[in-house]
Amino acid sequence: MSVKSIMIVGVGGQGTLLASRLLGSVLVTKGFDVKVSEVHGMSQRGGSVVTYVKYGDKVSSPIIEKGEADLILAFEQLEAARWLGFLNPKGKIIVNTQTIDPMPVVIGKAEYPKGVLEALKKSGADITEIDALSMAVEAGSAKAVNVVLIGSMAKHMDIPYEVWQDAIKETVPPKFLEMNLKAFDLGYNG
Amino acid sequence: MKKLMIGNEAVARGLYEAGCRVVSSYPGTPSTEVTEFAATYDDIYCEWAPNEKVAMEVAAGAAIAGARSFCGMKHVGLNVAADPLYTASYTGVNAGMVIVVADDPGMHSSQNEQDSRHHAMASKVMMLEPSDSAECLEYAKKAFELSEKFDTPVILRLTTRIAHSRSLVETGERTELELKEYVKDPQKYVMMPAMAKKRHIVVEDRIQAQVKWAESSELNTVEYNDTRIGVIASGICYSYAKEALGDKASYLKLGCVYPLPVDLIKAFAAKCDKVYVVEELDDFIETHCRKNGIDVIGKDVFTLQGEYSQSLIAKVILGEEKPTLSTDIAIPGRPPVLCPGCPHRGLFYALKKLKVTVSGDIGCYTLGAMEPLGMLDTCICMGASVSALHGRNKADGSNAKKSVAVIGDSTFIHSGITGLINIAYNKSDSVVIVLDNSITGMTGHQQNPTTGYTIKGDPTSAVSLEKLAAAVGINRVAVVDPYDLKTTEETIKAELEAEGPSLVISRRPCALLKYVKHNPPLTVDADKCIGCKMCMKIGCPAISIKDGKSCIDFTQCVGCGVCTQLCKFDAITSKEGK
Repeated sequence: MSVKSIMIVGVGGQGTLLASRLLGSVLVTKGFDVKVSEVHGMSQRGGSVVTYVKYGDKVSSPIIEKGEADLILAFEQLEAARWLGFLNPKGKIIVNTQTIDPMPVVIGKAEYPKGVLEALKKSGADITEIDALSMAVEAGSAKAVNVVLIGSMAKHMDIPYEVWQDAIKETVPPKFLEMNLKAFDLGYNG
Repeated sequence: MKKLMIGNEAVARGLYEAGCRVVSSYPGTPSTEVTEFAATYDDIYCEWAPNEKVAMEVAAGAAIAGARSFCGMKHVGLNVAADPLYTASYTGVNAGMVIVVADDPGMHSSQNEQDSRHHAMASKVMMLEPSDSAECLEYAKKAFELSEKFDTPVILRLTTRIAHSRSLVETGERTELELKEYVKDPQKYVMMPAMAKKRHIVVEDRIQAQVKWAESSELNTVEYNDTRIGVIASGICYSYAKEALGDKASYLKLGCVYPLPVDLIKAFAAKCDKVYVVEELDDFIETHCRKNGIDVIGKDVFTLQGEYSQSLIAKVILGEEKPTLSTDIAIPGRPPVLCPGCPHRGLFYALKKLKVTVSGDIGCYTLGAMEPLGMLDTCICMGASVSALHGRNKADGSNAKKSVAVIGDSTFIHSGITGLINIAYNKSDSVVIVLDNSITGMTGHQQNPTTGYTIKGDPTSAVSLEKLAAAVGINRVAVVDPYDLKTTEETIKAELEAEGPSLVISRRPCALLKYVKHNPPLTVDADKCIGCKMCMKIGCPAISIKDGKSCIDFTQCVGCGVCTQLCKFDAITSKEGK
């Protein structure tokens, strides 16, 4: 199989790393060659963060470049717009409708752009919107946004529901398991 | 079954399998996880050292004593450890000694973009460079063999994309090794002029032997495809080139980047029409080629800055670019910020009110330089805040009443103590503030000598900053809680006014520590809020303005109450009342 490229983009602290790790471990159980690239350190402190997941028969580079991503999972609207150029024009972008003001906006040095979702659609991108925050709250915690989004991504991948469930069971502490499984289900079926 | 590991975890697995017994490191992104993963193996003694120099000396001592040893650090850490490295090159080892240095092209989390390959050449120490996690494991094991074969420390060079990328690794069993016998040999291990002169000859002979080895080593491999384009690369650049060019190019992959072979490169170059050296940062391999009369293309078409990628290589060598989508909206940047509830925020706000010049340092609190706090004047390297403040105050005595240094607890132990001793000894009127958040924060929560716990989480002695200050001759020591804005400001003001040096300890655990209990999120009473934006002055990412009023994001707020102290209208309250 030729290499598939998935980008997970968001704001430091939203749990993008967990999402990429979970995706990576699911793909390994399916027998693919997998590479996942993460960024640790200063960028994690509320900055724009991106992780790359690539899989196929043989993956060389662990990173994804402009025009290459088959799927972008965006945890936040502005980050979806920031990384749009990395989407293969034939690819798909899933956008959490949540917005988080970056510091230049907070302090009034810049404006959060209006009509981000409309602009994404106008670009010609195949876009799916999801209100993951509301679903996470419904599942039991605003912190489960990442698992809701994994669910919404899983729906677009050719991997059985149960494989994802097993991966969540292995990754999440037992006391949060039920809540996370519900969050995944809301993302998958919502 | 193969396992998905980041490069750092794979290096740690390699240390384990190679029978490594002693690990001593100082944390530094992107190298930290090597030592954290090594600490999960009970067969390896592991520790966090106060700094990289100590770590490398511990590793050198252990190797001479007969145990395979390791130390890991980021690129700038190798500058701190350069002193022992350059002479350990002369003494050589007994059992193998391996060093990880992790460079950070693109500066994801660093203050410069130095290329550590120069250190290998300058110290005359062999350097290997893996290109994925499987090679991280394999090369770590190989490095111990080479270290013992050539009687030298061996450096394993990683870059951020190798250290922090996950790829598949096949693990093996640990080889348990007996301690090698230590035989007293002052001619080899006591480096003073008479002995060192003889050892320098040994070092030069060793390099010649290594070059000969490099000509036919299995770590340096050639792959011939289309020979119109030849690529010489190592590490992550090899992976990028393979993806960009595939069978359209032939490759010389250098697993050993110092010392470099000559005949092997000449033979490869002779078979290719055009030869590109693809290397991030400096023209290290390119210079070697040119010195040996090999015609290559390198930095005349590739940049000296930042990270490379498959698309950069495709663009430069093939002139190809992929189509992209775009929007016409202006996208504001999203720089990293201090976390909600970060204790550094209150401290920087107090400093802002005092209008002082701030000599800064390396850690999360470097983010205090960003707007709206904007409170750092300088940031150079670990420990420089303290020493540079002293220099500033000696250059112009009037600075002393309006300047402070800020330094974290771990950074202070790393190399701030010596600067503080200098302040006391050389009588400067300087105010040093230690931001004691009870952990090494930026690198992801490592224990340090002030926390009272070892790398394995076992209780141990803790450095008392108060007693340490007194012992070196600092008589004025004050402790403040940075969540208490008024007391923090008043205390620092008093210390600036007082004669003689002071140490202020701004003490409050990092808000991300698991044991730190958060308060319920705060909310804004829209009837009371007049939209004055006072609460926005602290740069808390949980606070924004919606429809002219302050608004607190309940998913981010940890209820620290710093913003509450700024609101003159009692508009910010907790849901439970106040």
